[in-house]
Amino acid sequence: MLDNELRTMIDEVKDGRMDRRAFVQHLIALGLTAPMATQILAVGGVAMAQSKAPYKPTKRGGGGPLKLLWWQGATLLNPHFATGTKDQDGSRLFYEPLASWDAAGNLCPILAAEIPSTQNGGLAADGKSVTWKLKPGVKWHDGKPFTADDVVFNWEYARDPATAALTIGVYQDITVEKVDDLTVRVLFKGPTPFWADAFVAVVGCILPKHLFADYKGAKSREAPNNLKPVGTGPYKFVEFKPGDLVRGEINPDYHMPNRPYFDTIEIKGGGDAVSAARAVIQTGEFDYAWNMQVEDEVLLRLEKGGKGKTVYTTGGDIEFIALNFTDPNTEIDGERSSIKTKHPLFSDPAVRKALALLVDRDAVQKHIYGRAGRTTASFLNGPEQFVSKNTKWEFSIEKATQLLEEAGWKAGADGIREKDGRKLKLLYQTSINGPRQKTQAIIKQACQKAGIDVELKSVVASVFFSSDVANPDTYSKFYADIEMFQIPMTQPDPAQHMRRFHSRFVATKENKWQGRNFPRWVNKEFDAAIDAAEAEVDPVKRAAFYIRANDIMWEDTVVIPVMHRLKVGAAVNSLRPVLSGWTNDTDNIQDWYREA
Amino acid sequence: MRQYILRRLLIAVPSLLGISLVLFTVLALAPGDPFAELVTNPNVPPEVAQALRTKFGLDDPVHVRYLRWLAAMTQGDWGFSFVSRMNVDTLILQRLPTTLYVIGSAQVLALLIAIPVGVFAATRPYSIFDQIANTLAFIGFSLPTFFTGLLFILVFSIKLDWLPFVYTTDIKATGIHWVIEQVRQAIMPVMVLGLFQAASMTRFVRSAMLDVIRLDYVTTARAKGLGQTRVIVKHAMRNAMIPVVTLVALQMPAVFGGAIVTEQIFRIPGIGSLLISSILSNDTPVVMAVTFVFACLVVLFNLIADVLYGWLDPRISLR
Repeated sequence: MLDNELRTMIDEVKDGRMDRRAFVQHLIALGLTAPMATQILAVGGVAMAQSKAPYKPTKRGGGGPLKLLWWQGATLLNPHFATGTKDQDGSRLFYEPLASWDAAGNLCPILAAEIPSTQNGGLAADGKSVTWKLKPGVKWHDGKPFTADDVVFNWEYARDPATAALTIGVYQDITVEKVDDLTVRVLFKGPTPFWADAFVAVVGCILPKHLFADYKGAKSREAPNNLKPVGTGPYKFVEFKPGDLVRGEINPDYHMPNRPYFDTIEIKGGGDAVSAARAVIQTGEFDYAWNMQVEDEVLLRLEKGGKGKTVYTTGGDIEFIALNFTDPNTEIDGERSSIKTKHPLFSDPAVRKALALLVDRDAVQKHIYGRAGRTTASFLNGPEQFVSKNTKWEFSIEKATQLLEEAGWKAGADGIREKDGRKLKLLYQTSINGPRQKTQAIIKQACQKAGIDVELKSVVASVFFSSDVANPDTYSKFYADIEMFQIPMTQPDPAQHMRRFHSRFVATKENKWQGRNFPRWVNKEFDAAIDAAEAEVDPVKRAAFYIRANDIMWEDTVVIPVMHRLKVGAAVNSLRPVLSGWTNDTDNIQDWYREA
Repeated sequence: MRQYILRRLLIAVPSLLGISLVLFTVLALAPGDPFAELVTNPNVPPEVAQALRTKFGLDDPVHVRYLRWLAAMTQGDWGFSFVSRMNVDTLILQRLPTTLYVIGSAQVLALLIAIPVGVFAATRPYSIFDQIANTLAFIGFSLPTFFTGLLFILVFSIKLDWLPFVYTTDIKATGIHWVIEQVRQAIMPVMVLGLFQAASMTRFVRSAMLDVIRLDYVTTARAKGLGQTRVIVKHAMRNAMIPVVTLVALQMPAVFGGAIVTEQIFRIPGIGSLLISSILSNDTPVVMAVTFVFACLVVLFNLIADVLYGWLDPRISLR
């Protein structure tokens, strides 16, 4: 029924008989969310209303210096080699993608003349190609024109394994062809519902062909411009000291009107988060600081000074506890946590469910994350159209106890529950990080009350997150019963975020523990939902598949979501930063300005 | 003399080789992975991280990597940073001036305080001045630099708002303003480090001076009717300086090595902060180069100290 009605309404919007707002309201009445309605319109052939933040300055420049403080400084300035957000943020001042993400997860054109849609012919109906129209008249900082050849070159550059670009994953499975000087077409192997990966946001930053053409492949590291970027961005490169300073000055020929506002820009690196917060919020020495991993209590105290405040952006970063579905204490062919084993305790779903009931998210939020966290029962927390309404968390020691009792786990003489000689003893590991150790303590306490003995373990982050095959303490080896960390969502689409739990990605000795399914969870129904979603072009159906996948994860208690984490920055009161939880902090740097 | 120096330099070669071997092995055995950040990034397929490891030779056995490093080092190639993808020597040289300026000034400040105070205290042992100097010295070296650093920031930057607490390498001013800014931002770190150093050095100078001042030849000099200043400066101090020279010479490598904690607190882009960030990101070529250069400097300044002895006290012969 929905289908027919929808198509009619979309046609009405197209002909102008119904306005967008009325359409959205109709859909909300039908139980769909607003962003989902917008998505339907996009696919139905109506361009997304580009939600731009209001930009007030009426002329270019004149804003003085913009001083940014990153407590980890950029170490290189080639976006294709960026190992972390710090490097991406630094390169993004000078290089630009075709489009960036706004706060709601919509695309904003940067080097593209318009965002591809079915209506403007940019999106193929079969979902197998996207055609990007480039903005005419854009010039590189050295005066050469920006054309489709540059875009095609970046694809060739990044996909060449010898270049060792870290963006290879984005570019290796696509084909990019030049249609004319200002048009490129991206071809996919199969129907690709999420087409906005290549050439979008930080992984999509475009290098000039005329300066990098000789340095493709094995010679990539010798390119002199790796350290001296020449891009199309709002700021021109002045100086770079790895780990310490990135400096730029206004680009007088920038392709967007009245932008940028600031005359110079600098990103200073180094130090720690607390003193960075202090330099912005308390003394105002700097205008903006990134990634404020500081306890909320401290931030609140600093904010009393009044020179600056914290700013929050919502993405999909999730802090969670993963349960090991294999046995970490049995060795098979020299491999612990082997997929051939079953976890002695977690093979009983009651134990997993009980554990989920023992996570007091309210306490974790109140005492640890504060404004930087939201409680959630879903692994997938955004964008909105993909968020499940069917999951609900609860903290109840009584219910957990009852569940364990019913399943036959009886308290022994030492107060620890046991069944068939197996005691409810868990090893709980995470990386060394203040908030995580506190969360561990809160959960351990609740578990103790329910008769589960929890041993805490914390591993240095550089080891925990390493891919070092020889080290037993990495999260992917998972030689523990449960472990906790955060998985960031780097783009406003759930494909990559959800795919990792597909059974074909189970981490094993054979794949050097590089499989991303570290809980080693195998579920046919989940696999089917993911496979279906990845081939589904209809956004409504696709969203439904991801919501279903998320619900299966919750029903089966694969992971216990603890906190939906927000990104926290600190800005002086006068600054108007344009930020999005779906992309890097500097992805919309051209729109930043200061209000008197 | 020349022969002595040559011999010492030759002896240094095997010890430096030994040091490099130990450093390299320890770093190779240490856990961690320079490409760790990629692992949680779903955009980067695992094969890419693996290809990078292979490309930078991280999967080769330790002895192969060591020999390769040694061969490159003898040709003046200090290595290639995994993280910055640039040559390590450029990285180090970029940071050397700042380190020399800040840490060097701190050392000079320490000497300027320690020598006069130490000498003066020794000439009047257990006087009020000596008691006060001693007490302050004890307080000075029992307070760690991270504590005094934070204290200074709270007092001078946040409460009084006199001094900046983020060190800037590119001050946008010229002439006298540039100098003033440069001095202003270095005051706090130099004070923190200088006072800490001065405290222990004062104690050292004082005790070295006390040893000498009681010797017969000093009494003789006084008996000859020489003035107090002349006796102290010309006769006693020269001899008392021998142990002090050793101490200062052994401190010199630290001037190049930077001060890890202080540099981190004040965001001074020196060698110390380079070392710590490289250790944290497992950038082994940089860690290796910095520590090895440090080892070379220790050996070199030991030699310089030995040569200086001969000049200060001709009775010590160098053979």
